[in-house]
Amino acid sequence: MSKIKGAVTINTERCKGCALCVTACPTKTLALSTGEVNHKGYAFAVVKNDNCIGCASCGLVCPDGCISVYRKKIETPNE
Amino acid sequence: MTMSQETTNMSEDIICQENLVYQKPSLLNDSPMHYCPGCSHGVIHKLIAEVIEEMGMEEKTIGISPVGCAVFAYRYIDIDWQEAAHGRAPALASACKRLWPDRLVFSYQGDGDFACIGTAESIHALNRGENITMIFVNNAIYGMTGGQMAPTTLVGMKTATCPYGRDPLIHGFPLKITELAAQLEGTAYVTRQSVHNPAAIRKAKKALRHAFENSMQGKGSNLIEFVATCSSGWKMSPVKANEWMEEHMFDFYHVGDLKDK
Repeated sequence: MSKIKGAVTINTERCKGCALCVTACPTKTLALSTGEVNHKGYAFAVVKNDNCIGCASCGLVCPDGCISVYRKKIETPNE
Repeated sequence: MTMSQETTNMSEDIICQENLVYQKPSLLNDSPMHYCPGCSHGVIHKLIAEVIEEMGMEEKTIGISPVGCAVFAYRYIDIDWQEAAHGRAPALASACKRLWPDRLVFSYQGDGDFACIGTAESIHALNRGENITMIFVNNAIYGMTGGQMAPTTLVGMKTATCPYGRDPLIHGFPLKITELAAQLEGTAYVTRQSVHNPAAIRKAKKALRHAFENSMQGKGSNLIEFVATCSSGWKMSPVKANEWMEEHMFDFYHVGDLKDK
């Protein structure tokens, strides 16, 4: 058995908090920061859980190119 | 081990160059874009940069930037640029392509630039069959100047200069310039795309590549209209603007290829 795991890195200083990535994410991995803003004053996108599958939807819809997406196949031992 | 530590450890394991599946194209530089949050221009800029990179045309591309929101397009994509007077981008693009036939030349224009003040240049460059690509971003409003009515504003749509909605009796009808272009002999590929979700973005990228390849093969002029949002001008959140566009814009501006010679 193997499963696909993904991860994203977000350039939070470039992010303008439009939340298009939050809407595009099929696994609800992303959210906007609460109580914290970047130097431009925008609430920025943050990773809130471990559900990412590396589909890159967030990266595609990001108008400012803030998101890099990584994907890895992880082998899990048969149970 | 707590959940948050697990998440971090797992992510650290995955985040490395060999697992990279998506990142900002390197042709799109690090200057912060002046566009409003969620603006469609950003995605379209990214697609242009990606396609030029994939075609290996980084050193051989000339972009013509317009007057409008995209006036500073030359700051963000590291290729050669010319800045045109308002509406005159197709004329300048024609000149560039005729002088350097081996270059990939495209104009990047908004609806005020392409379909209003520059209608004559746009139509005639398309009709002459210049081997260029015109990228036309239609958000149905004048974004840069504060949300006034554009030629492409939908009937009933409220803007700063038609606060009771566009009335055809007073303001005339919205202009489908892409349909007009499809009728012209000189055009090779005319299409209408959008960039509101990942599927549409992938499709739009293919269309852009097709248009750029056409113009390098000398097949004639190519027009790609992007139905786009203007969340500031429409006075909506970016997410809401995308929904509004799907509900209202697509009924009038049908997405898809109009001509492929």
